Amino acid sequence: MSDIHALSGAYALDALDDVERAQFARHLAACAECRAEVRSFSETASHLAEIENQEPPAGLRARVLADIGTVRPFPPETAAPGSAPAGPSPVVTLRRRALPALVAAVVALILAAGGAAVWHPWTNDRSTLADQIVHAPDAVRITEPVPGGGKLTIVRSASLKRAVMIGDGVPEPASGTTYQLWLQQPGQGMVSAGLMPDSTEPTVLTGDAATAKAAAITVEPETGSSHPTSDPIVLFPLRSTA
Amino acid sequence: MKHLSSVPSDPPSQEGGSGGAHLADLLKRAGRGDEAAFAEWYDATAARAFGLAVRVLRDRAQAEEVTQEVYLDCWRNSGRFDETRGSAISWLLTIVHRKSVDRVRSAEAASRRDTTYTQQEGTVDHDSTAEAATASLEASRVRAALDHLTIKQRQAIELAFLGGYTHTEVAKMLDLPVGTAKTRIRDGLIRLRDALGVGEVAQA
Repeated sequence: MSDIHALSGAYALDALDDVERAQFARHLAACAECRAEVRSFSETASHLAEIENQEPPAGLRARVLADIGTVRPFPPETAAPGSAPAGPSPVVTLRRRALPALVAAVVALILAAGGAAVWHPWTNDRSTLADQIVHAPDAVRITEPVPGGGKLTIVRSASLKRAVMIGDGVPEPASGTTYQLWLQQPGQGMVSAGLMPDSTEPTVLTGDAATAKAAAITVEPETGSSHPTSDPIVLFPLRSTA
Repeated sequence: MKHLSSVPSDPPSQEGGSGGAHLADLLKRAGRGDEAAFAEWYDATAARAFGLAVRVLRDRAQAEEVTQEVYLDCWRNSGRFDETRGSAISWLLTIVHRKSVDRVRSAEAASRRDTTYTQQEGTVDHDSTAEAATASLEASRVRAALDHLTIKQRQAIELAFLGGYTHTEVAKMLDLPVGTAKTRIRDGLIRLRDALGVGEVAQA
């Protein structure tokens, strides 16, 4: 994507698909000009709503006011730059450790084995595979809120046998920990589907997502775990198609 | 940098016409648990929030659900609203829009939208927004600003914002090469922004 800046308008109008949205959000964190532009576009769009004014049903006001009687507002953010709903935090930490080497090793292994994979791992481009999954004709998507804020969407294509996890406003895991993805395989329990060190980056789960009965995400020590060591922060039930 | 845009020459607007500073103040008070301030915030903004949800969802019952959810979110997050990031009304409507679009798309993911939508929706009614209009001063100002757009820019923005389609879908619906719709949307927004006199938020 050479001219990612050009997506600012579509981003402000929610006219991006999930993968593009996550990619652009990542770009926004690093591009002050696009942030300013997106803000001005959001303001502009809110004026457009002006001509759609419609009096809401009378009962709604009472229900809203009843709702707010039951919960208190969140406390203000006091320290770390969390993400307000209006936009992503400008701070992004890139943690890329030894992943490229690992990917290279895996690719070499697959090439050596001459595996008849449906997709082509040697393109080594997660966004391409993620794109394929999201746009697959049989893609099914499940979105769940994350207890600490933001939400996670899993998109699975049974025909590609793959799934991709997409974060939106998900807080970074505490220092020294990482998000890890899991697929629950019949007879095997939770099998690691790889790390998700950067929740702003759509991450393709390793493993056969067509046979899996569920997908999950946990917080694990930075090097990852062979079995989940904590309860999933989000569990996505999947229907096995195998 | 080619994505830099001109500084608008018109005087800045009043953030949706309802006294942006006042709205921001209501939210701040709500953040301290002031339910009366929140009720006032609801009264000042609900017609816009509900109207936008109805337009995107095309269903009053669903729009009502979404609006109710949004106001609860809004209450919970009111203490975290940051006016240096944008106006209060824009904050609210951004959440309304996002939730409405999410709902439209996930409903469609279940019953995959077939390609005939291109034929059904390909002809855009250019006056559709005007029909739903209420006779407010701000609305006529917005309509006048819309006249600054080319028909094509306006189509693209309406399909994206009010229709809830992605730029890729918009390109297909308007028979444009992929990649053209996003440019059209952005160019149109720049024009509209400048016509409305919406300033880029300072110290971004």
